[in-house]
Amino acid sequence: MLDKRAKTRKAVTPAKAGVQNCLRSPDSRFRGYNEKEEKGGTAPLFFLFLVVSLCALPTPAFAMHISEGILPISWALLWYAAALPFVIWGLRNLRRRSEEAPWFKPLVGLVGAAVFLISCMPIPVPSAGTCSHPCGTGIAAILIGPGLTTVVASIALTLQALFLAHGGLTTLGANIVSMGAAGAWVGWGVFTAARRLGLPWIAAAFLAGMLSDWATYATTSLELAAALHGDGPFTTMFSLILLAFVPTQLPLGILEGFLCAGVLKFVRSRRPELLRTVPAGGAA
Amino acid sequence: MKKTALILLFAGVLLSGPISTSGRAASWSGVDETVIEKFAEKAGRPAWKPFINTDQGDLLLFVFLLAGAAGGFAAGYWFRVLFPPRRKNAVCPAPVERSKGGCPPGHNGKRILNHDV
Repeated sequence: MLDKRAKTRKAVTPAKAGVQNCLRSPDSRFRGYNEKEEKGGTAPLFFLFLVVSLCALPTPAFAMHISEGILPISWALLWYAAALPFVIWGLRNLRRRSEEAPWFKPLVGLVGAAVFLISCMPIPVPSAGTCSHPCGTGIAAILIGPGLTTVVASIALTLQALFLAHGGLTTLGANIVSMGAAGAWVGWGVFTAARRLGLPWIAAAFLAGMLSDWATYATTSLELAAALHGDGPFTTMFSLILLAFVPTQLPLGILEGFLCAGVLKFVRSRRPELLRTVPAGGAA
Repeated sequence: MKKTALILLFAGVLLSGPISTSGRAASWSGVDETVIEKFAEKAGRPAWKPFINTDQGDLLLFVFLLAGAAGGFAAGYWFRVLFPPRRKNAVCPAPVERSKGGCPPGHNGKRILNHDV
Protein backbone atom coordinates (compact mmCIF):
# COMPACT_ATOMS: atom_id res chain seq x y z
CA MET A 1 0.00 0.00 0.00
CA LEU A 2 2.78 2.35 1.01
CA ASP A 3 4.80 1.42 -2.10
CA LYS A 4 1.79 2.17 -4.26
CA ARG A 5 1.49 5.61 -2.71
CA ALA A 6 5.18 6.26 -3.17
CA LYS A 7 4.93 5.34 -6.87
CA THR A 8 1.97 7.64 -7.30
CA ARG A 9 3.93 10.51 -5.80
CA LYS A 10 6.89 9.89 -8.09
CA ALA A 11 4.58 10.07 -11.09
CA VAL A 12 3.39 13.55 -10.28
CA THR A 13 3.58 15.83 -13.32
CA PRO A 14 5.45 19.16 -13.19
CA ALA A 15 2.12 20.99 -13.12
CA LYS A 16 0.97 18.95 -10.15
CA ALA A 17 4.32 19.46 -8.52
CA GLY A 18 3.70 23.17 -8.88
CA VAL A 19 0.36 22.74 -7.18
CA GLN A 20 2.02 20.88 -4.35
CA ASN A 21 4.71 23.48 -3.98
CA CYS A 22 2.12 26.17 -3.92
CA LEU A 23 0.10 24.44 -1.28
CA ARG A 24 3.07 23.51 0.84
CA SER A 25 4.79 26.83 0.51
CA PRO A 26 5.85 28.41 3.79
CA ASP A 27 4.07 31.46 2.42
CA SER A 28 0.84 29.53 2.66
CA ARG A 29 -0.87 32.33 4.50
CA PHE A 30 -1.28 33.99 1.08
CA ARG A 31 -3.46 31.16 -0.09
CA GLY A 32 -6.90 32.35 0.88
CA TYR A 33 -9.16 31.07 3.58
CA ASN A 34 -8.62 28.74 6.45
CA GLU A 35 -11.09 26.44 8.06
CA LYS A 36 -11.63 28.66 11.07
CA GLU A 37 -12.79 31.55 8.91
CA GLU A 38 -15.06 29.31 6.89
CA LYS A 39 -17.18 28.76 9.97
CA GLY A 40 -17.69 32.49 10.53
CA GLY A 41 -18.89 33.23 6.99
CA THR A 42 -20.04 36.63 5.89
CA ALA A 43 -23.31 36.67 7.85
CA PRO A 44 -21.88 38.63 10.81
CA LEU A 45 -20.42 41.20 8.42
CA PHE A 46 -23.74 41.55 6.65
CA PHE A 47 -25.44 42.03 10.01
CA LEU A 48 -22.90 44.69 10.94
CA PHE A 49 -23.46 46.45 7.60
CA LEU A 50 -27.22 46.34 8.16
CA VAL A 51 -26.96 47.87 11.63
CA VAL A 52 -24.61 50.58 10.42
CA SER A 53 -26.94 51.35 7.50
CA LEU A 54 -29.99 51.52 9.75
CA CYS A 55 -28.19 53.91 12.08
CA ALA A 56 -27.05 56.05 9.19
CA LEU A 57 -30.19 56.38 7.15
CA PRO A 58 -32.72 58.05 9.45
CA THR A 59 -30.42 60.93 10.38
CA PRO A 60 -29.96 63.92 8.10
CA ALA A 61 -26.54 65.13 7.03
CA PHE A 62 -25.00 66.14 10.31
CA ALA A 63 -21.32 66.26 9.70
CA MET A 64 -18.02 67.77 10.53
CA HIS A 65 -17.10 69.16 7.11
CA ILE A 66 -16.79 72.92 6.98
CA SER A 67 -20.03 74.19 5.45
CA GLU A 68 -20.38 76.31 2.35
CA GLY A 69 -19.33 79.95 2.65
CA ILE A 70 -17.85 79.84 6.15
CA LEU A 71 -14.28 80.50 5.02
CA PRO A 72 -13.36 83.85 3.44
CA ILE A 73 -12.42 83.54 -0.21
CA SER A 74 -8.71 84.15 0.43
CA TRP A 75 -8.55 81.28 2.92
CA ALA A 76 -10.65 79.07 0.67
CA LEU A 77 -8.19 79.61 -2.19
CA LEU A 78 -5.22 79.03 0.07
CA TRP A 79 -6.58 75.66 1.18
CA TYR A 80 -7.33 74.73 -2.44
CA ALA A 81 -3.71 75.51 -3.27
CA ALA A 82 -2.53 73.46 -0.29
CA ALA A 83 -4.68 70.48 -1.29
CA LEU A 84 -3.67 70.44 -4.96
CA PRO A 85 -0.14 68.95 -4.59
CA PHE A 86 -1.47 66.11 -2.44
CA VAL A 87 -4.10 65.24 -5.05
CA ILE A 88 -1.66 65.42 -7.97
CA TRP A 89 0.87 63.26 -6.14
CA GLY A 90 -1.84 60.74 -5.31
CA LEU A 91 -3.00 60.50 -8.93
CA ARG A 92 0.54 59.85 -10.14
CA ASN A 93 0.88 57.24 -7.43
CA LEU A 94 -2.21 55.41 -8.72
CA ARG A 95 -0.70 54.82 -12.17
CA ARG A 96 2.60 53.57 -10.79
CA ARG A 97 1.11 51.22 -8.22
CA SER A 98 -1.54 49.84 -10.59
CA GLU A 99 1.22 48.70 -12.92
CA GLU A 100 2.96 46.94 -10.04
CA ALA A 101 -0.08 45.02 -8.77
CA PRO A 102 -3.17 44.11 -10.82
CA TRP A 103 -5.38 44.00 -7.73
CA PHE A 104 -4.53 47.54 -6.75
CA LYS A 105 -7.27 49.32 -8.74
CA PRO A 106 -10.07 47.16 -7.28
CA LEU A 107 -8.61 47.85 -3.84
CA VAL A 108 -8.66 51.59 -4.50
CA GLY A 109 -12.28 51.25 -5.71
CA LEU A 110 -13.29 49.41 -2.55
CA VAL A 111 -11.46 51.81 -0.25
CA GLY A 112 -12.90 54.82 -2.09
CA ALA A 113 -16.46 53.53 -1.73
CA ALA A 114 -15.81 52.76 1.94
CA VAL A 115 -14.42 56.25 2.63
CA PHE A 116 -17.44 57.79 0.90
CA LEU A 117 -19.88 55.70 2.95
CA ILE A 118 -18.04 56.11 6.25
CA SER A 119 -17.63 59.86 5.88
CA CYS A 120 -21.34 60.45 5.32
CA MET A 121 -22.47 58.16 8.12
CA PRO A 122 -23.47 60.17 11.17
CA ILE A 123 -23.03 58.32 14.43
CA PRO A 124 -24.81 59.54 17.56
CA VAL A 125 -22.52 59.99 20.53
CA PRO A 126 -24.66 59.55 23.68
CA SER A 127 -22.07 61.13 25.99
CA ALA A 128 -22.24 64.39 24.02
CA GLY A 129 -25.79 64.28 22.66
CA THR A 130 -24.47 65.14 19.21
CA CYS A 131 -23.66 63.34 15.99
CA SER A 132 -20.52 63.10 13.97
CA HIS A 133 -18.88 60.63 11.68
CA PRO A 134 -15.61 58.75 11.38
CA CYS A 135 -13.46 59.50 8.35
CA GLY A 136 -12.06 56.13 7.32
CA THR A 137 -8.87 57.78 6.15
CA GLY A 138 -6.67 55.97 8.69
CA ILE A 139 -7.42 52.50 7.37
CA ALA A 140 -7.48 53.83 3.80
CA ALA A 141 -3.96 55.22 4.21
CA ILE A 142 -2.72 51.89 5.54
CA LEU A 143 -4.26 49.95 2.65
CA ILE A 144 -3.64 52.21 -0.35
CA GLY A 145 -1.19 54.80 0.94
CA PRO A 146 -1.69 58.42 1.99
CA GLY A 147 -1.45 59.90 -1.52
CA LEU A 148 -4.30 57.84 -2.92
CA THR A 149 -6.31 58.33 0.24
CA THR A 150 -6.24 62.06 -0.52
CA VAL A 151 -7.57 61.31 -4.01
CA VAL A 152 -10.44 59.08 -2.86
CA ALA A 153 -11.29 61.50 -0.05
CA SER A 154 -11.39 64.36 -2.58
CA ILE A 155 -13.84 62.46 -4.75
CA ALA A 156 -16.01 61.58 -1.74
CA LEU A 157 -15.96 65.16 -0.47
CA THR A 158 -16.83 66.57 -3.91
CA LEU A 159 -19.84 64.27 -4.27
CA GLN A 160 -20.98 65.13 -0.74
CA ALA A 161 -20.58 68.86 -1.36
CA LEU A 162 -22.48 68.69 -4.64
CA PHE A 163 -25.40 66.44 -3.81
CA LEU A 164 -25.61 65.80 -0.08
CA ALA A 165 -25.49 69.33 1.38
CA HIS A 166 -22.44 68.09 3.21
CA GLY A 167 -19.44 70.41 3.25
CA GLY A 168 -19.24 72.87 0.39
CA LEU A 169 -17.54 73.72 -2.88
CA THR A 170 -15.90 76.87 -1.51
CA THR A 171 -14.60 74.92 1.48
CA LEU A 172 -13.66 71.81 -0.49
CA GLY A 173 -9.94 72.59 -0.41
CA ALA A 174 -9.97 73.00 3.36
CA ASN A 175 -11.94 69.79 3.81
CA ILE A 176 -9.56 67.88 1.53
CA VAL A 177 -6.60 69.13 3.56
CA SER A 178 -8.16 68.18 6.90
CA MET A 179 -9.70 64.83 6.02
CA GLY A 180 -7.83 63.74 2.91
CA ALA A 181 -4.32 64.95 3.64
CA ALA A 182 -3.92 65.41 7.40
CA GLY A 183 -6.01 62.38 8.36
CA ALA A 184 -4.31 60.16 5.80
CA TRP A 185 -0.74 61.21 6.50
CA VAL A 186 -1.15 61.06 10.26
CA GLY A 187 -2.75 57.61 10.01
CA TRP A 188 -0.03 56.32 7.72
CA GLY A 189 2.74 57.94 9.75
CA VAL A 190 1.46 56.62 13.06
CA PHE A 191 1.05 53.10 11.68
CA THR A 192 4.53 53.12 10.17
CA ALA A 193 6.16 54.53 13.29
CA ALA A 194 4.30 52.16 15.60
CA ARG A 195 5.33 49.13 13.54
CA ARG A 196 8.93 50.27 13.45
CA LEU A 197 8.82 50.68 17.22
CA GLY A 198 7.79 47.05 17.44
CA LEU A 199 4.13 47.44 18.38
CA PRO A 200 1.81 44.62 17.29
CA TRP A 201 0.08 45.42 14.03
CA ILE A 202 -3.36 45.51 15.69
CA ALA A 203 -2.23 48.14 18.20
CA ALA A 204 -0.56 50.09 15.42
CA ALA A 205 -3.79 50.00 13.38
CA PHE A 206 -5.85 51.10 16.38
CA LEU A 207 -3.54 54.05 17.03
CA ALA A 208 -3.51 54.97 13.34
CA GLY A 209 -7.31 54.99 13.11
CA MET A 210 -7.78 56.93 16.33
CA LEU A 211 -5.11 59.54 15.72
CA SER A 212 -6.06 60.05 12.08
CA ASP A 213 -9.58 60.91 13.22
CA TRP A 214 -8.33 63.32 15.86
CA ALA A 215 -5.84 64.85 13.43
CA THR A 216 -8.68 65.55 11.00
CA TYR A 217 -10.60 67.50 13.63
CA ALA A 218 -7.49 69.25 14.89
CA THR A 219 -6.80 70.43 11.35
CA THR A 220 -10.41 71.55 10.94
CA SER A 221 -10.00 73.55 14.16
CA LEU A 222 -6.81 75.09 12.81
CA GLU A 223 -8.47 76.04 9.52
CA LEU A 224 -11.42 77.62 11.28
CA ALA A 225 -9.30 79.42 13.87
CA ALA A 226 -6.94 80.79 11.20
CA ALA A 227 -9.82 82.19 9.17
CA LEU A 228 -12.16 83.33 11.92
CA HIS A 229 -10.02 84.53 14.84
CA GLY A 230 -10.27 88.15 13.66
CA ASP A 231 -8.55 90.50 16.07
CA GLY A 232 -8.41 87.94 18.86
CA PRO A 233 -5.50 85.60 19.43
CA PHE A 234 -5.30 82.60 17.11
CA THR A 235 -4.30 80.18 19.85
CA THR A 236 -7.31 80.98 22.00
CA MET A 237 -9.70 80.48 19.11
CA PHE A 238 -7.94 77.29 18.10
CA SER A 239 -8.11 75.90 21.65
CA LEU A 240 -11.79 76.80 22.00
CA ILE A 241 -12.77 75.08 18.77
CA LEU A 242 -10.63 72.05 19.54
CA LEU A 243 -12.15 71.72 23.01
CA ALA A 244 -15.65 72.01 21.56
CA PHE A 245 -14.91 69.00 19.36
CA VAL A 246 -13.62 66.87 22.22
CA PRO A 247 -16.87 65.47 23.71
CA THR A 248 -17.96 64.12 20.33
CA GLN A 249 -14.66 63.24 18.72
CA LEU A 250 -12.93 61.63 21.67
CA PRO A 251 -15.21 58.56 21.70
CA LEU A 252 -15.61 58.60 17.94
CA GLY A 253 -11.85 58.53 17.46
CA ILE A 254 -11.65 55.47 19.70
CA LEU A 255 -14.43 53.86 17.66
CA GLU A 256 -12.49 54.60 14.49
CA GLY A 257 -9.45 52.98 16.05
CA PHE A 258 -11.41 49.77 16.59
CA LEU A 259 -12.81 50.00 13.06
CA CYS A 260 -9.32 50.37 11.62
CA ALA A 261 -7.94 47.43 13.62
CA GLY A 262 -10.95 45.27 12.72
CA VAL A 263 -10.67 45.93 9.00
CA LEU A 264 -6.95 45.24 9.01
CA LYS A 265 -7.50 42.01 10.93
CA PHE A 266 -10.06 40.94 8.34
CA VAL A 267 -7.78 41.71 5.39
CA ARG A 268 -4.84 39.96 7.05
CA SER A 269 -6.87 36.82 7.55
CA ARG A 270 -8.52 36.76 4.12
CA ARG A 271 -6.01 38.23 1.67
CA PRO A 272 -2.75 39.16 3.34
CA GLU A 273 -1.07 39.71 -0.03
CA LEU A 274 -3.04 42.96 -0.24
CA LEU A 275 -0.85 44.19 2.59
CA ARG A 276 2.45 43.50 0.87
CA THR A 277 2.89 47.14 0.03
CA VAL A 278 2.02 48.29 3.53
CA PRO A 279 5.00 49.97 5.15
CA ALA A 280 6.84 48.46 8.08
CA GLY A 281 5.56 44.95 7.58
CA GLY A 282 1.82 45.40 7.78
CA ALA A 283 1.30 41.82 6.80
CA ALA A 284 3.78 40.47 9.31
CA MET B 1 -18.62 33.36 19.44
CA LYS B 2 -16.09 36.03 20.32
CA LYS B 3 -16.58 37.65 16.92
CA THR B 4 -20.36 37.67 17.31
CA ALA B 5 -20.07 39.18 20.79
CA LEU B 6 -17.85 41.94 19.46
CA ILE B 7 -20.26 42.68 16.62
CA LEU B 8 -23.21 42.78 19.02
CA LEU B 9 -21.27 45.11 21.32
CA PHE B 10 -20.48 47.42 18.42
CA ALA B 11 -24.10 47.35 17.27
CA GLY B 12 -25.21 48.09 20.83
CA VAL B 13 -22.97 51.13 21.01
CA LEU B 14 -24.36 52.38 17.71
CA LEU B 15 -27.97 51.79 18.68
CA SER B 16 -27.58 53.21 22.17
CA GLY B 17 -27.56 56.70 20.70
CA PRO B 18 -30.98 56.80 19.04
CA ILE B 19 -32.56 54.72 21.80
CA SER B 20 -31.32 56.99 24.59
CA THR B 21 -32.99 60.10 23.08
CA SER B 22 -36.15 59.41 25.06
CA GLY B 23 -34.29 59.73 28.35
CA ARG B 24 -32.37 62.93 27.70
CA ALA B 25 -32.64 66.26 25.98
CA ALA B 26 -30.09 65.50 23.31
CA SER B 27 -30.58 67.28 20.00
CA TRP B 28 -28.29 64.96 18.04
CA SER B 29 -27.16 67.90 15.96
CA GLY B 30 -23.97 67.40 14.06
CA VAL B 31 -20.72 68.98 15.14
CA ASP B 32 -20.98 71.18 12.07
CA GLU B 33 -23.95 72.88 13.75
CA THR B 34 -22.83 72.67 17.36
CA VAL B 35 -19.21 73.65 16.78
CA ILE B 36 -18.31 74.88 13.29
CA GLU B 37 -21.36 77.00 12.47
CA LYS B 38 -21.58 78.30 16.03
CA PHE B 39 -18.05 79.70 15.87
CA ALA B 40 -18.56 80.90 12.30
CA GLU B 41 -21.69 82.84 13.21
CA LYS B 42 -19.93 84.42 16.16
CA ALA B 43 -17.22 85.54 13.78
CA GLY B 44 -19.82 86.95 11.37
CA ARG B 45 -19.45 84.24 8.71
CA PRO B 46 -22.69 82.24 8.71
CA ALA B 47 -22.89 79.26 6.38
CA TRP B 48 -24.44 79.72 2.96
CA LYS B 49 -27.07 77.48 1.54
CA PRO B 50 -25.51 74.75 -0.62
CA PHE B 51 -25.31 75.50 -4.34
CA ILE B 52 -27.41 72.42 -5.03
CA ASN B 53 -29.67 72.54 -2.02
CA THR B 54 -30.92 69.05 -1.32
CA ASP B 55 -31.52 69.91 2.33
CA GLN B 56 -35.26 70.40 1.79
CA GLY B 57 -37.79 68.18 3.48
CA ASP B 58 -37.23 64.51 2.81
CA LEU B 59 -35.20 65.21 -0.31
CA LEU B 60 -32.03 64.88 1.72
CA LEU B 61 -33.08 61.45 2.95
CA PHE B 62 -33.72 60.45 -0.65
CA VAL B 63 -30.30 61.57 -1.90
CA PHE B 64 -28.66 59.91 1.09
CA LEU B 65 -30.49 56.72 0.23
CA LEU B 66 -29.28 56.98 -3.37
CA ALA B 67 -25.74 57.72 -2.23
CA GLY B 68 -25.83 54.82 0.22
CA ALA B 69 -27.14 52.45 -2.43
CA ALA B 70 -24.57 53.56 -5.03
CA GLY B 71 -21.71 53.49 -2.54
CA GLY B 72 -22.87 50.16 -1.14
CA PHE B 73 -23.11 48.65 -4.63
CA ALA B 74 -19.62 49.88 -5.54
CA ALA B 75 -18.17 48.65 -2.25
CA GLY B 76 -19.89 45.28 -2.64
CA TYR B 77 -18.73 44.90 -6.24
CA TRP B 78 -15.10 45.57 -5.44
CA PHE B 79 -15.31 43.52 -2.26
CA ARG B 80 -16.47 40.53 -4.30
CA VAL B 81 -13.64 41.07 -6.78
CA LEU B 82 -11.06 41.15 -4.00
CA PHE B 83 -12.65 38.64 -1.64
CA PRO B 84 -14.59 36.22 -3.83
CA PRO B 85 -16.58 33.38 -2.30
CA ARG B 86 -14.81 30.08 -1.84
CA ARG B 87 -14.77 27.68 -4.74
CA LYS B 88 -14.63 23.99 -3.94
CA ASN B 89 -12.95 22.93 -7.17
CA ALA B 90 -10.73 25.93 -7.78
CA VAL B 91 -7.58 25.18 -9.74
CA CYS B 92 -4.27 26.37 -8.43
CA PRO B 93 -2.77 28.89 -10.86
CA ALA B 94 0.29 28.44 -12.99
CA PRO B 95 3.69 28.81 -11.30
CA VAL B 96 4.24 32.23 -12.93
CA GLU B 97 1.04 33.59 -11.43
CA ARG B 98 1.83 32.05 -8.10
CA SER B 99 5.09 33.88 -7.95
CA LYS B 100 3.17 37.15 -8.24
CA GLY B 101 0.71 36.68 -5.47
CA GLY B 102 0.14 33.14 -4.30
CA CYS B 103 -2.92 31.06 -5.01
CA PRO B 104 -6.00 32.95 -6.11
CA PRO B 105 -8.42 34.27 -3.50
CA GLY B 106 -11.07 31.77 -2.61
CA HIS B 107 -8.88 28.85 -3.48
CA ASN B 108 -9.07 26.12 -0.90
CA GLY B 109 -5.73 24.41 -1.04
CA LYS B 110 -6.61 21.42 1.10
CA ARG B 111 -9.34 20.19 -1.21
CA ILE B 112 -7.09 20.37 -4.25
CA LEU B 113 -4.34 18.57 -2.39
CA ASN B 114 -6.62 15.71 -1.44
CA HIS B 115 -8.27 15.51 -4.83
CA ASP B 116 -5.35 15.86 -7.20
CA VAL B 117 -2.38 14.41 -5.44
